[in-house]
Amino acid sequence: MADCGEPDGPGNKDDITRSKNEGKELTKEEKQRLRKQKKHQKKQKERKNEKGPSETEKDKTPVSLLPPPQPVATQKAPSALPAPASAPIPVPASAPFHSSPAPSPADKPAKSKAELKAERRARQETDRAAKQPGSSSSGIKTKVPLSELNPVVKRLPEHVQVDDPAVVKRLAKKLERQQTLPYGASNKIPLRSDYGYKVSLFSHLHQYSRKAPLTQLLSIPSTVIHPSIVRLGLQYSQGIVAGSNARSVALLHAFKQVIRDYTTPPNEELSRDLVNKLKPYISFLNQCRPLSASMGNAIKYIKKEISNIPSQCKEEEAKTKLLTCIDRYIEEKIVLAAKAISKYAIEKISDGDVILVYGYSSLVNNILCEAFEKSRKFRVIVVDSRPRLEGREALRRLVQRGISCTYVLISALSYILPEVSKVFLGAHALLANGYVMSRVGTSQIALVARTYNVPVLVCCETYKFCERVQTDSFVSNELDDPDDLMVTRKGKTQLENWQDVSSLGLLNLVYDVTPPDFVDLVITDLGMIPCTSVPVVLRVKNLDQ
Amino acid sequence: MPGADKETDLTERIEAFLADLKRGGSGTGPLRGSGEMARETTYLLRRITAQARWSSAGDLMEIIRNEGRRMTAAQPSETTVGNMVRRVLKIIREEYARSRGSSEETEQQESLHKLLTAGELSEETFREHFVHLKANVIEAINELLTELDGTTDNIAMQALEHIHSNEVIMTVGRSRTVEAFLKDAARKRKFHVIVAECAPFCQGHEMATGLSKVGIETTVIADAAIFAVMSRVNKVIIGTQTVLANGGLRAVNGTHSVALAARHHSTPLIICAPMFKLSPQFPNEEDTFHKFVSPHEVLPFTAGEILSKVNVHCPVFDYVPPELITLFISNIGGNAPSYIYRLMSELYHPEDHKL
Repeated sequence: MADCGEPDGPGNKDDITRSKNEGKELTKEEKQRLRKQKKHQKKQKERKNEKGPSETEKDKTPVSLLPPPQPVATQKAPSALPAPASAPIPVPASAPFHSSPAPSPADKPAKSKAELKAERRARQETDRAAKQPGSSSSGIKTKVPLSELNPVVKRLPEHVQVDDPAVVKRLAKKLERQQTLPYGASNKIPLRSDYGYKVSLFSHLHQYSRKAPLTQLLSIPSTVIHPSIVRLGLQYSQGIVAGSNARSVALLHAFKQVIRDYTTPPNEELSRDLVNKLKPYISFLNQCRPLSASMGNAIKYIKKEISNIPSQCKEEEAKTKLLTCIDRYIEEKIVLAAKAISKYAIEKISDGDVILVYGYSSLVNNILCEAFEKSRKFRVIVVDSRPRLEGREALRRLVQRGISCTYVLISALSYILPEVSKVFLGAHALLANGYVMSRVGTSQIALVARTYNVPVLVCCETYKFCERVQTDSFVSNELDDPDDLMVTRKGKTQLENWQDVSSLGLLNLVYDVTPPDFVDLVITDLGMIPCTSVPVVLRVKNLDQ
Repeated sequence: MPGADKETDLTERIEAFLADLKRGGSGTGPLRGSGEMARETTYLLRRITAQARWSSAGDLMEIIRNEGRRMTAAQPSETTVGNMVRRVLKIIREEYARSRGSSEETEQQESLHKLLTAGELSEETFREHFVHLKANVIEAINELLTELDGTTDNIAMQALEHIHSNEVIMTVGRSRTVEAFLKDAARKRKFHVIVAECAPFCQGHEMATGLSKVGIETTVIADAAIFAVMSRVNKVIIGTQTVLANGGLRAVNGTHSVALAARHHSTPLIICAPMFKLSPQFPNEEDTFHKFVSPHEVLPFTAGEILSKVNVHCPVFDYVPPELITLFISNIGGNAPSYIYRLMSELYHPEDHKL
């Protein structure tokens, strides 16, 4: 089934064109076929744009030879028309070859005849596509130029569109649909509702309360969502697992458990079905707490690995392959990256240094502990901020190792900064325009450090680099539980009844973005780069993949 | 003897005031506002003038100077006390000069011309006795008291000149002056206020509840979010503990970060401070500039064992250099920070700068 929309070859095609020209109503099957064609063409366009310049070679081979395995399989089953023997057989065999990055040259001569046939069909398809009004003809015609650039217009994530009621309704419907039970009645993923008065500047973001976890809305037994995912979601929403590395690693371990417990249902392919099974889990986790950039990259990697499983692979083999892939990802991108970063960072720490750190970054803590073990003499100042007070955890770990520490709150920054010789900061994500997205307060520290001429070094693994761009902390952020800002001093809680006062709002931001001119150096596992080189690293990574 | 009773009564009051100063300042943040402090000091000084035994202006000045030194030693961070003492000393000088008949103007200015031509003139001993000096001085102190009572209202009256509608204003911690300022503007204009809570004392919470009660749209943010939200702020209006002689500020901790963030976004920084906060101190005196309170505000005793291995700092004040400040709004109007030295020469006599 090379050209997925035309299982019968030229014959049926002519039927459709004839019926169109005659103005007759298309039969149900023909309508189905048309729909499949359109979907297929759209998928081709998206695929092509994603694969970018590495695909220029493959673009020479016709578009229809690169069907992603998904539409091939889904369209195989419903269309019951018999397929010609010769053409489809070499093509599906070549499809899995094509989806792996480097097509082996040995296959090329064997495909030449099928290639030519497919080319002819593709040309006919494009001709028809051109006749169809407003279809994806532009996508197929302009092959090479578009594939050079990444698509500029991406779909806006829904978690920054809370103020648009249409988007919220769409999300609710999507969550309802994501129940893969055959007898799925009331087991759907619940939609979490906002809590409290939201500051008008942030009405486009969600604001949840920690006291109302998502799991209260789930029915028991919840057979849609795997229990380890439910547990993970609860840990995220209550803040038990926090910090971008910890969340990614927990997510990957939970996915490993899911894969271990997975069995392919009959008549389904593991590569497609597993990805579909993961979708509701990801929606659930997103509802518990919005996904971080590192988690997003990890999920992309897993989905790619799953879809790259060849269809004739046995289930056990496929599962072990996936498990080793995940282990390798964790090992390479997180553990070994941390070692590489420590190696570079330790060069930057000299004896007698006074190092300032903010909050709790697992990477920065790692660096300091390793430097201390290599007997560098330095002392650390830990800066902390309300309401999370994560710095206390960092303080505990550093003091346990025997490093001499000082502890202040962020309001005492101007007092303590004249003593400091270097500032080490962790990052949640590095954006493509060089901005550093990190815990709220990081930009303030970088600003004051720059005023006192203290160098600011950001440590970040490459798997946290993301392609988004952002210039301020408003357009995309996370709002934490506003009740955390309340404090009881001397037995009196000032803001106890803040909900009753209509003009009072509490704002508990989680992230902020630091402009690149405040950051002097970024230490990654690929080396030490300036902040503005992030898009270069992203491009190199994309080419590798 | 009635005289002796009056004296013991006076010394008792002074001692009580000193004890109050010592206790009040070492607690968690100022328990009393500076305005109240200034008023109390002035009442006490008026009482000293009325009840103490003195014959000439010089004696009175000596007495007040001694008491002033003791008061500032009791609580060095409470600068309004010292400021009021200096104001009263200046009043005494003026009244003395007026009683002598010479005009005030020539006495005041220490111009270069005067230094060259006058020579050894300025050795006033203030030894002459004038009958009505006491009454005059007490009357002048009463005028000072009325001025003190009206400072907050005077500043609040200027609010509409500085706030337009639909503005976003940021403020830090709690200042009664700024609260009155914003409430006055809220009567006629609609605007939004963002209050930074100012850990560890979290006085911003009180400010926010006060503002929201009169219907001002208020948002409370954590200190860490100051830079993050600064890009949407139109003005930063803050109060201060002291205005220093160079135009800089000694304000609650965290103000320097706010000032830097405002400068980065080119947001004007406006200080609402009444004139009695202006102090002839300079910020270079390192040991006396910073004041620390108990670190258990920052790291409570429940943190456990690590407390013994960690240094914890809890400074109360921050220095803000005058380059970061756009405008001072005081009860006598708006001034640029570069004009502060002139105002100081009008309020205090140079010889009184060091008590």
